[in-house]
Amino acid sequence: MTSEPLLSVRDLRVEFSTSAGVVTAVDGASFDVRRGETVALLGESGSGKSVTAQAMLGIIPKPAGRVTGGSIEYDGRDLLALPATATRELRGREIAMVFQDPLSSLNPVFRVGAQIGEMFRKHRGASRKEARAEALELMRRVGIPAAEKRLDDYPHQFSGGMRQRVMIAMALALSPRLLIADEPTTALDVTVQAQIMDLLARLQDEEGMSLVLITHDLGVVADVADRVVLMYAGRVVEAGPIREVYEHSAHPYTAGLMGSLPAIDGPRERLTPIQGAPPDLLDLPSGCSFRPRCAFASERCADEEPVLLGAPGRPAPHSSACHHAGKVLTDAP
Amino acid sequence: MPPETTPLLQVRDLHTTFPLRSALLRRTVGHVQAVAGVSFDIPAGGTLGLVGESGSGKSTVARTIVGLEKCAAGSILFEGEDLTSLPPARMRQVRRQLQMIFQDPYASLNPRATVEQIITEAWEIHPDVVPRDRFKPEVRELLERVGLNPDHAARYPHQFSGGQRQRIGIARALALRPKLVICDEAVSALDVSVQAQVLNLLAELREDLGLAYLFIAHDLSVVRHISDQVAVMYLGRIVETASQQELFAEPVHPYTQALLSAVPDPLPWARPPRTPIIIGGDVPSPADPPSGCRFRTRCWKAQDVCATEDPALEPRLGLHPAACHFAERRTELVVG
Repeated sequence: MTSEPLLSVRDLRVEFSTSAGVVTAVDGASFDVRRGETVALLGESGSGKSVTAQAMLGIIPKPAGRVTGGSIEYDGRDLLALPATATRELRGREIAMVFQDPLSSLNPVFRVGAQIGEMFRKHRGASRKEARAEALELMRRVGIPAAEKRLDDYPHQFSGGMRQRVMIAMALALSPRLLIADEPTTALDVTVQAQIMDLLARLQDEEGMSLVLITHDLGVVADVADRVVLMYAGRVVEAGPIREVYEHSAHPYTAGLMGSLPAIDGPRERLTPIQGAPPDLLDLPSGCSFRPRCAFASERCADEEPVLLGAPGRPAPHSSACHHAGKVLTDAP
Repeated sequence: MPPETTPLLQVRDLHTTFPLRSALLRRTVGHVQAVAGVSFDIPAGGTLGLVGESGSGKSTVARTIVGLEKCAAGSILFEGEDLTSLPPARMRQVRRQLQMIFQDPYASLNPRATVEQIITEAWEIHPDVVPRDRFKPEVRELLERVGLNPDHAARYPHQFSGGQRQRIGIARALALRPKLVICDEAVSALDVSVQAQVLNLLAELREDLGLAYLFIAHDLSVVRHISDQVAVMYLGRIVETASQQELFAEPVHPYTQALLSAVPDPLPWARPPRTPIIIGGDVPSPADPPSGCRFRTRCWKAQDVCATEDPALEPRLGLHPAACHFAERRTELVVG
């Protein structure tokens, strides 16, 4: 995976005008997604992870939101600079998306088979019959039982897990090179979540596509992601191979998240939560946004905004935006 | 917890049903058995974790206990008194010792009331708890107790973050000095970092005030963290129940095993690989539950007998109660 990245986000800035003032939802985020790689974009509420995904797809709600800086290069072309018709074409064929809530993403008055088939009719000029056959094939691939019977069902006749499979089938219809999944399992039960993650990992492997998983759940992506990009208050605070980042966290926020998770085995210990409340984007502190909740914070953190640098003493692709990264690496449990 | 002579709460064979109404015929056409025969005890100061997926009936159990849903059959004994047959006046007395914390702290707090009004409302209804001239100092004390700034008593819910709002919900629940607090997905909507703060607070309060909890959640790691006893629900029934240690170490019901194997593991590399059990399908509709064992339609062990004979919730393999004809240890699930 040393080739050119498929997707390269550089210094992305997205602002929203609200009645209370202008909010910088994404504030200079940079990261790459390589071909055939699975990247987890991780963050809690207000981190900017979903807005970053919206920017990649050109679906930032307008006029409140707008990209005010940076670039999103996909396969060598800047998605933000291309004319709308060209990006729409790319986004239909090459970049696909799966959302958290499949029910609101499906049209309630059309049969599921027809909705999947529409992808082939619109983009490939397939006949009604061909489209139906393709839809059936896709429904089988994503593991919908009795697919030929269910082609003519409506979205409300499907369970949450099955609807998410329908969404995944639609996303895969045109064999995208990049699939962006925004909290694809958050609305699902744990056993169904396991099924869907299993399916996404298998399809990613079969198709060789790149997969961006946007989530707030550290555990869900641990098994499937190659790399993780952690966001806090609109900035990337830590990035690297997922095992490296989880086991050797070089940012106090990541270390704090790990300490906040109750374990499913081993001794029960008191949790070590992160103090304070999630960031208020309308009222961010100077310097490092995480500073008010951080045990490592010093004067320098208030004066100087930390940039993403290689984590001291750790193998190369691991980076952290913390003045005290070295200390975090040695002190955190 | 040393065993008490009478448990604080005894739920016996609880049934809650909802009528299925036809809009066309304008009459009841059937019933959904949301809770179909659930029994458990909670000792004073103890915590029972109730886990299950959507449609398992775990929230309906909670709502029935506090009287938000009508109990169709069975009994709910609180300190020996049956809540299902108490006269209203006595019910109001007993009911205040039994408080609830909800999932969505925003939806469960009146947006037009200040924090002080939200907390003191309970004292207006139960005037013998706190005399009126003690309202202000008691509110301050409660806010401090749950980790909020007592100077913020005059603020409105929208001026607080999600985690702080949940603390307000906890303060309100504590206002009447309850013995049992029912937490219905009380930390599910919170960010991980804030969830840990609230879990620690709940643990402290339990220790300091001797509270008992009925802790309802779908997150098994969270339930394991806070519970003494755990009961796993599926489609209106308890399928397995044991002490926290035993349930997580030696689950014998296939559903519990599947649930445990599906729990996302943030550090999968540090341990030997788990054998995931991926069960197919979804929870069937409680309006039309399968005959016999309700889990059989998704169970990899199901035999003919499972369709005809409802397995009893009784001790299996010399361990704890489980409702499965083919209960079996599966220790390779357990890691660490």
